[in-house]
Amino acid sequence: MITAEQKPLKEIIEYISPYDRILLVGCNECVTVCAAGGRKEVGLLASALNLHSLKQGRTIDIKEITLERQCDPEYVEELVSEIDRADAILSMACGCGVQTIAERYKEKPVFPAVNTKFMGASQSQGIWVERCQGCGDCLLGITGGICPVARCSKHLLNGPCGGTSDGKCEIAPDVDCAWCLIWERLKALGMEKRYEEIMEAKDFRPAGGGGPRKIIREDLSL
Amino acid sequence: MENFEPEIVAFCCHYCAYTAADMAGSKRIAYPPNVKIIRVPCTGKVDAIHIMKAFEKGADGVYVAGCLEGDCHFKNGNTRAKYRVEQVQKYLTDLGWEKDRVAMINMSAGMGEFFASTALEFTQNIKQLGPSPIKHFNTDGHQTAVS
Repeated sequence: MITAEQKPLKEIIEYISPYDRILLVGCNECVTVCAAGGRKEVGLLASALNLHSLKQGRTIDIKEITLERQCDPEYVEELVSEIDRADAILSMACGCGVQTIAERYKEKPVFPAVNTKFMGASQSQGIWVERCQGCGDCLLGITGGICPVARCSKHLLNGPCGGTSDGKCEIAPDVDCAWCLIWERLKALGMEKRYEEIMEAKDFRPAGGGGPRKIIREDLSL
Repeated sequence: MENFEPEIVAFCCHYCAYTAADMAGSKRIAYPPNVKIIRVPCTGKVDAIHIMKAFEKGADGVYVAGCLEGDCHFKNGNTRAKYRVEQVQKYLTDLGWEKDRVAMINMSAGMGEFFASTALEFTQNIKQLGPSPIKHFNTDGHQTAVS
């Protein structure tokens, strides 16, 4: 999923300070799972913004809505009935959601309330770790299910660098060396031969090096 | 300020603090009437939003009273409550409020005296801090009381 973290309150307050009527929009997908922008977080942020404005001696009207998916135009359409009553929109979705709203409601300013972080997996409750960089050409079948693009600090494709030590990366003692993990995994699977195969230089155009990416499925397009 | 009587909301666990409050009552131990108790099945049920809403509605202080650490009737509800209280403290700090307006307190069902002394101590602390920064201007334009 896409992970995110709430922006500092100060920054959010600066964004919305010129406005009296705010439409605060959460998303029921990834940001709900990583507890950054779901219904609960929308309620908390609305409450905090209310407390702030009351302390300043003014009231702001905050309408809370949490959409099923903010990155889908059909769900964003649900805001039509509320949009006229808002001076600005504050989105708690990832950058995709913020942009979908901005594209649909061009006449209203849209501000992000979260910082979108990375594509991650839940390691344990409250901890999310980066597992994919969306390189567009998945190598996991060759590397024992452990991604060197996302998990090696240097994105190396042919074994570890000299910075590996006791299975840890030189950048921090709590970061695993992806290539140590790959080797151990391949060994456990009896697939050591895979390690010896030299990978050619990776084409990073599908990873975004060729400009903004797009998927077109003609069988699904209307 | 001298006549300031704070409104305090106490979320009390049914299995400990609420029973302790009951015991304080049975033993005729007085505690400040400023403390308004909300009984919850476990402090793990208290979410940050409940605490924030109490402040929004005019509470000057809020505390969550749960079982002693390691003694939660539902295993770890009080630990969760502790983290949520810390989360609200961070929110309050970011908003320029005093973080001590919210606290987590642990006690067992037999600690009637402790319940009363804690209620008194917390009330005195809030009196020192003064009224909530939004006391004079609430959502409906009036000073509201929590009752």
